[in-house]
Amino acid sequence: MSSLTVTDEQVSAAPAKVIQPAWVRVMHWVNALAMILMILSGWQIYNASPLFGFSFPRNYTLGGWLGGGLLWHFAAMWLLMINGLAYLVTGFATGRFRKKLLPITPSGVLHDVRAALTFKLGHADLTVYNYIQRLLYAGIILVGVLIVLSGLGMWKPVQLHWLVSLFGDYPTARYVHFFCMAAICAFLVIHVVLALLVPKSLRAMIIGR
Amino acid sequence: MAKRSFLIPGVDKRLLIKDSIKTMPDVSRRRFIAGGASLGALTLLTGCDVIDSSSAEEMLKTVSKFNDAVQDFIFNPDALAPTFPESAITKPFPFNAYYDLDDAPDVDGADWKLEVRGLVDNKKSWTLPELYKLPQVTQITRHICVEGWSAIGSWTGTPMRDFLKLIGANTRAKYVWFQCADKDGYNSPLDMRTALHPQTQMTFKYAGEILPRAYGFPMKIRVPTKLGFKNPKYVVSMEVTNDYKGGYWEDQGYNSFSGS
Repeated sequence: MSSLTVTDEQVSAAPAKVIQPAWVRVMHWVNALAMILMILSGWQIYNASPLFGFSFPRNYTLGGWLGGGLLWHFAAMWLLMINGLAYLVTGFATGRFRKKLLPITPSGVLHDVRAALTFKLGHADLTVYNYIQRLLYAGIILVGVLIVLSGLGMWKPVQLHWLVSLFGDYPTARYVHFFCMAAICAFLVIHVVLALLVPKSLRAMIIGR
Repeated sequence: MAKRSFLIPGVDKRLLIKDSIKTMPDVSRRRFIAGGASLGALTLLTGCDVIDSSSAEEMLKTVSKFNDAVQDFIFNPDALAPTFPESAITKPFPFNAYYDLDDAPDVDGADWKLEVRGLVDNKKSWTLPELYKLPQVTQITRHICVEGWSAIGSWTGTPMRDFLKLIGANTRAKYVWFQCADKDGYNSPLDMRTALHPQTQMTFKYAGEILPRAYGFPMKIRVPTKLGFKNPKYVVSMEVTNDYKGGYWEDQGYNSFSGS
C-alpha cells in the first residue's frame, strides 16, 4: 500500500510543473483585495475635493461618505503595505524578480509589441514572461512603490516631510498619487482581459499549475 | 408649551437630536452598509466568512483607534511644519465649514470671554484685550483639509504652550478640549503633546489683520500638525482634561488623531 501511495504521488507531481509558487498566489490575491479596497475608497476621498472636472460615480465608491471612505482607506493601507513589503522582500530574496522580470531590453520589447499587434505573441510556456509582461509587471511594481510613498507622504506631510519633498510638495504628491491610481486601473483592465483570454494563466494563479 | 412636554427632563435636547440623527437610515448610512455588503460578497468569493456590515464598521473603528496609537507614536514634538514665504500665501484663503459664511457664528468681541476649565491653576476667563496683550508670533504654514485640498495662510497669535504655562495647566493631562460658538456646538479634543507643539497657536489675526468672521473671530486654534477640522474656529472655552470628550467630526467617524 505504501509503495502504491508513493507511486501515486510521483505520477501526479511529475508532469505538472508549479508555475506560480504558493507565496506568489497568496500575496497576489491579498494584493488584489487590498488594491480594490484602496481604489474604491480612494475614489470616495477624491470626490470630496476633485482634482479634475469630474467625480467618480457614487456606486463605485466605498464608505458612503468621506469619513467612511477614509476609514476604509486607512484600514486597507495596512493590508496593502504589509503584503506589498513581504512581496518585495520575498521577490528579491528568492531571486524571482531577477529570474522572471530581467532582462528587459528595448529590442525585446519592440519585437514582442510587434508580435502582439499582429496577434503572434504566444503564451505557450507560462513559466517564461515575454518582454511586454516583464515591462508591465516590473512597471506596476514601481508604480505600487510610488503610490504607497506618495500616499504616506500625504498622510503625514509634517512627520514624513522628507517624503513629500521627494515629490515636490503636498499638492504634487496628490497628483502623483492620483496618476499612479490611474496607471494601476489601466494595468488592471489589461491584466484581467488577458487573464480571461489565457485562462490557464488564471488557473496557475489559483492552483499553481 | 405643549411641545416641551415631549422632552425628557435632564436630557440635553441638542445631544438627543444628534443621537437620533445617527439612528436615521439616511442615504449615506445605507451606502456605508452597501459598502460592507459588497466586502462580504468579496470575502465570500475568496472563501472567508461573510462579513456583515456592522462587524465591518466595528473593524474599521478598531483600526482607526489603532491608527490613533500609531500616529501618536510617530508624532515628533520637535518636527516643525514647513513654513513658507509671504508670496506663497493662497489668495483668497478659502472659507470652509459645513455651513455658509452667512450662517457662521457672529461673535461680539466686546462680550466674548475665553473660558478656562479643568486641570489648571487659574480658571479666570480672558477678555479679548487681555489676550491681545500676550506676546504673539506669526506663522505662514499649509492648512490641509481632510477633504484633500490645502491652502497656505498667515496666522498670528500666542503659542498655546506659553498660554498653558501662564494659566498653570497640568501639562501631563491628556487633552485640551475646545468648545466653539457654533450653534450646534462644534468641539474638538487636542492631545496634550500636540497642544505643546511650538507651532500650535491661539490665533487672533489672519494676514496681519484681526481675524475676520470667516476664519473664526475672535479666536481660532491653529495647529499646523493636524488636519483642518482639528483647527477649531470661534473658540469660546478650553478645558484641560484627562477624559476623551469626543468632537463634532471625530464622533461622526473622522480619525481622532488626524495628525499631519
